[in-house]
Amino acid sequence: MTVLEVVEAGPYTSVQDRGRFGGQRYGLGPAGAMDQLSLAVANAVVGNPVFAAAIEIAPLPARFRAVGGDIRLAMTGATRGMTIAGRAVAMNETFVLAEDEVLTVRAASEGVFSTLAIEGGIRAEPVFGSLSMHARSGIGAPFARALMAGDRIPVATARLREAERSIVPPARGTGPLRVVAGPQDDHFTAEAMATLVSASWRISATSDRMGYRLEGPVLAHSKGHNIISDGIAFGAIQVPGNGQPLVLLADRGTTGGYPKIATIASVDLGRLAQIPVGSPVHFTLVPVAEAEKLARERHALVMGLAGAVREVGGGALSSEFLLAANLAGAAISGEE
Amino acid sequence: MNVRRYPAVHPCGDSALTVELGDSIDADLNARVLALDAALAHDAPPGIVETIPTYRSLFVAYDPVETSYETLATWLTTRASAPLPPVAEGRTWRFPVCYGGEFGIDLPFVASHTGLSEAEVVRRHSGGRYRIYMMGFLPGFTYLGGLDPSLAVPRRDNPRLTSPAGTISIGGIQTGIQCLISPTGWHLIGRTPARTYDPARERVFFLEPGDTVLFAAVSPEEFAAFERRAEAGELVAEDLVQ
Repeated sequence: MTVLEVVEAGPYTSVQDRGRFGGQRYGLGPAGAMDQLSLAVANAVVGNPVFAAAIEIAPLPARFRAVGGDIRLAMTGATRGMTIAGRAVAMNETFVLAEDEVLTVRAASEGVFSTLAIEGGIRAEPVFGSLSMHARSGIGAPFARALMAGDRIPVATARLREAERSIVPPARGTGPLRVVAGPQDDHFTAEAMATLVSASWRISATSDRMGYRLEGPVLAHSKGHNIISDGIAFGAIQVPGNGQPLVLLADRGTTGGYPKIATIASVDLGRLAQIPVGSPVHFTLVPVAEAEKLARERHALVMGLAGAVREVGGGALSSEFLLAANLAGAAISGEE
Repeated sequence: MNVRRYPAVHPCGDSALTVELGDSIDADLNARVLALDAALAHDAPPGIVETIPTYRSLFVAYDPVETSYETLATWLTTRASAPLPPVAEGRTWRFPVCYGGEFGIDLPFVASHTGLSEAEVVRRHSGGRYRIYMMGFLPGFTYLGGLDPSLAVPRRDNPRLTSPAGTISIGGIQTGIQCLISPTGWHLIGRTPARTYDPARERVFFLEPGDTVLFAAVSPEEFAAFERRAEAGELVAEDLVQ
């Protein structure tokens, strides 16, 4: 069996796929990749279904060893230097980690989360439909916790290929993050909504996969800071009593009792996830129909990613590759 | 004065919305939320990902590629404005609970705050009949309504950073069953060996919103015996319908 062994991993490095759905009514949150576009790009270039499970690597350095066979990998997302036996490895491009070689991944130089996809995927039994790890729920596969040195992740063995492949990650804009007002925008003063979109916010150091805290001016509530607990969306901007927003992300609780002034458009969630601690964040309001249009455009882009994959030093891929990428199916996990 | 009319639909970004049917904690209102949830599950328009029924609102996650806020808001407003077929009565569960001592370190505080003896707090709490209004926050956390008003205690000013798995607690007029180790601002009065969530068990969850919960006080020795059975994958909570 081929295994990707974790030699070194910083905190918050874990296996993540699109997320786990259907358990939120019981309090089981979706978890899933913080930057879903980065996940899709990484899977596309190695030829996997776009939302297959991959390794989400937090900003600190990491090292991985191939055990029992060669493994084909690709890294996307936060920019970082990588080497194998002293030779540099490029981001957004497939490479083979030969048996017993070690991939050294340096700290992120730009962005927060990188995605390491494995050609053929991670071999583990989904729990409640997903491999995504959520530490507080004690769920995830192959490990129900963050990755640690010594962990052995069962993976597919590299296929024989004449050439490696690369992809240029789609551009995703530099303007303010788009937000949709609500669900409790009427619990805030008009000034609070104006401040949300005019202020320069900073990501607090107490941010993680559960949520990013924002530091800036106080957002004033108009009718107290308690509501009867209700459901929480990915990207909900919750404002507790201190008036400092908390954006709830992949590992959020499913319900909560603070008012939510607005919700980040899904198309911009990955951009937020990649903003490092201390860096500025700006918001702009869009109507829900506009955010839905952006989400549909993003979906079309993600579904077309296989067509953006090129052979290194060559041209577009054959129609057989594109067909295989589409037919590879969602059931990579658990098969041998 | 801003008067809300119900049903009221609000966007939660571009992939979810919430339908509010009222603004109170009330069994009839909560039953209507469950009825709307059932109606949605029964003959939903396409594109629904999942739902979270809560005290007085239904959270609906959807795929904007397949549907839209406008489509769903219209559908939900229409359905929620008309009488909904009531949902079948839920199950009734009896949870063993070891109250006080190391199992419920705030029992003395609850007793002194309410002016009751510890034994009387236990008698009233374990004598109650509770409705599951919702589950949420963390897996298996169960929000129960129906607490004897004489047992209401305001939440702690300084939430505890951790509390044990299985904790039974009181927060204001609510009481709850907590499955996982987690922070809490509620008062810890006991623990149940039953696990309302266990990813290693075939039935990962067994409670549903709308179910009824009863408590039965057990000794530390009985707790230990139940806990061994729970670790072996048994529900331990007794299904009284069967």
